[in-house]
Amino acid sequence: MRPFAPPSPNASTPRGAPRLVWPLLALALIFTVDGIISPHFFAIRIVEGRLFGNLVDVVYRATPIAIIALGMAVVIGTKGIDLSVGAIVAIVGATLDWRIHMGDPHIVALVIALAAGLVCGAWNGLLVAVLDIQPIIATLILMVAGRGIGLMINLIYEGADPSFVSPLLQGLSTGHLGLIPTRIVVGIVLWIALWALVRRTAFGLFLEAVGANPKAAALAGVEARAIKFAAYIVCGFMAAAAGVILTADTHTSDPVSIGLYSELDAILAVVIGGGSLDGGRIYLLGAVLGAVVIQALTTSILTSGLPPEYNLVVKAAVVLVVLLLQSARARAAVARLATRRKSLVTRRTP
Amino acid sequence: MTARIEIVAASKSYPGVRALDDVDFDVAAGEVHALLGENGAGKSTLIKIMTGAATADAGELRLDGRPLAFASPADARAAGVGAVYQEVNLVPTLTVTENLALGRLPRRFGLVDWRAARLQARQRLRKLGVEIEVERPLGAYSIAVQQLVAIARALEDDTRVLVLDEPTASLDAAETTRLLAIVRELRDRGMAIVFISHFLDQVYAIADRLTVLRNGRRVGVGTAREMPLGKLVPLMLGRELEAVEHARAAVEARTGEPILVAEGIGKARVMAPFHLSLRPGEAVGLSGLLGAGRTESAKLVFGALRADCGSVRIAGEEISPSPRACLARGVAFCPEDRKAEGIFAELSIRENIAIALQSKRGWLKALSRAEQDRLARQMIEALAIATPDAEKPVGQLSGGNQQKAVLARALVSEPRVLILDEPTRGIDVGAHAEIVALIRRLTGQGLAVLVASSELEELIAVSDRVAVLRDRVFVGELSGADINLKAIMRTIAAPGPTGA
Repeated sequence: MRPFAPPSPNASTPRGAPRLVWPLLALALIFTVDGIISPHFFAIRIVEGRLFGNLVDVVYRATPIAIIALGMAVVIGTKGIDLSVGAIVAIVGATLDWRIHMGDPHIVALVIALAAGLVCGAWNGLLVAVLDIQPIIATLILMVAGRGIGLMINLIYEGADPSFVSPLLQGLSTGHLGLIPTRIVVGIVLWIALWALVRRTAFGLFLEAVGANPKAAALAGVEARAIKFAAYIVCGFMAAAAGVILTADTHTSDPVSIGLYSELDAILAVVIGGGSLDGGRIYLLGAVLGAVVIQALTTSILTSGLPPEYNLVVKAAVVLVVLLLQSARARAAVARLATRRKSLVTRRTP
Repeated sequence: MTARIEIVAASKSYPGVRALDDVDFDVAAGEVHALLGENGAGKSTLIKIMTGAATADAGELRLDGRPLAFASPADARAAGVGAVYQEVNLVPTLTVTENLALGRLPRRFGLVDWRAARLQARQRLRKLGVEIEVERPLGAYSIAVQQLVAIARALEDDTRVLVLDEPTASLDAAETTRLLAIVRELRDRGMAIVFISHFLDQVYAIADRLTVLRNGRRVGVGTAREMPLGKLVPLMLGRELEAVEHARAAVEARTGEPILVAEGIGKARVMAPFHLSLRPGEAVGLSGLLGAGRTESAKLVFGALRADCGSVRIAGEEISPSPRACLARGVAFCPEDRKAEGIFAELSIRENIAIALQSKRGWLKALSRAEQDRLARQMIEALAIATPDAEKPVGQLSGGNQQKAVLARALVSEPRVLILDEPTRGIDVGAHAEIVALIRRLTGQGLAVLVASSELEELIAVSDRVAVLRDRVFVGELSGADINLKAIMRTIAAPGPTGA
């Protein structure tokens, strides 16, 4: 056998670290522009015993999408996708409101609502992992049906005003723990719990193995079916948590518009955070950063004085730039252009 | 007999490989000429030159005595050379008509004339004696029918040369008989046919002449009568007989209870039922020509292919073989095709090595990072995997090092039985010897090892017993001092039962 050269301890980088550069760079860029446009952008004050300011607001508003994106990152890691998360938000909201109207204690209503999210995740898991339907189609089914199911749940207590008041739930959503908004605390707790599930057990390795090469995973004894099934359950649960926060925020069940397009924002957040739709890698921190980038953009456009009509197009443009930054091919093309220009310049200067 | 198509002194090089070296080949009208050789012999290159998919660096191509140069496959088709490749290159979701008409749609007033297309499709199929509903999607028909449609597509009115590359690879016995009958009929109508198959019984059933290639050279040509199996096999394998001697001549007869017993496992169209047993400390080789069923046998034992008959017992316990069940009982498997079935390209070397052991332990009992690091370090050292550190994604390693990572994964899964499919493919010569030494060391430690390999020297060097396969049937077993090149080749060539 050959002599053994010990690997240098500096050579290994923490997983995913290089990927995080791009969303962080994007965030820095957005905030720099904000700082130039409005010098008070970064001001943080304490009002009525809680933190106030644009930065806090960005994180506060990003939290529901960040929570959904965490679940989405897990599913995308298996080379899947879940288009139904917005619909799950609607179903969970309707379920929560319904149980409150039925007189359940609010903590019970909360548990039932979260359970509804698990059931939705199990349904997706059944279609994708057991029946082997392509994820985009399988989850499209619930995406289409989900808001209808939400409306039908609303029909159960037809005629009654769907709005509700709940100190517990609104406390979770819009309240604050000390200086910090509660939902941010909830989001961080969920993130840590999911990180522990994915990285402190072998679940993450199996998820990534299934996403990277399902054939090799099967030969290595990984139960691809169970792993994929679990991924969709996790995603359903995270969407349910976001659904509770969003529903409590609006005090009512509105299946038609609650969490609208949140599946798209969540997918975008995962991709901005370095995740690839080809599967094989899960970057939880990246997904959270991606959600913050998206919200930072939205907030920036609103505070910059641009007419709100510009919002969507500017957002799309910035997202395109972020994704181009991530694309190795695009970077190489830019580098080629740069060197060509440089060589032209050097040729001209004697 | 004058040659219909003739290749004279063709040579062709690719970067780093001399694929063809001064090869002559010719097929007469009304003749089936079989082209034989192991992986890398140059068969594909020769076909590519004949069908216009590649051009020779040197040499001449003649059709009916006229020198020609094909710039593209379309050129070759126009000149009357049709080809059917191993991977049916038709579209299963399109209808039979569409598949036959693709690229040559009959037009009428600038629009596609589907009625004419259907009519033409039926006519072309009728020539082969095939009567099917041409409006159904191709995928609705059996592989055999799809193969016939592919042939129909290759046959233009003026086709004079037909190249068939492994046309029977996925057919069963009855379908093969039918296809061979059609080939015979085409021959009798004056077609010049090049027939490539690793099923030697089919080659003898249909071919008038055989040409054997090895390492880009023509090493033999003659009529089927002049080239019996006993002469053919040594030509194909091309060994200097007696050059390698069995390295384990002094192996004591191994008794004791077998750790793994496969009884009558097989799979229709894939592998005839076979028996196999492995004792602790024993290395058993699976030998045979390309396509004889080495990989399939190994996969059936491991459950990577589902057997449809027979049983597998591990340490006396009957199991239904699946990779998971096997791993749990200490059977590990290294696949031949590491890219498709071995590596997780995006994952680190450490994760690639740890995963089989981890899946054996279950998801809750995670290997700590320290343990994973230790295992990875150990294996990087033991197998001399060339990498700066264990965190490098495996996809960025060279092929040989990827192979070692897959081997490392099997080794750390605490196996009692190790199944290796082509363990040295793509590995440089130095590492080659290391792997052979490693297999010997492992059996010395009491591991049972099953090695499927196309490298006879390697098998002879490591095996206590060698099971010999031909055409997906186990045809013999050699053990101890009987294991040598001559005996293996004799067993491959011996008359005996043949499969599908």
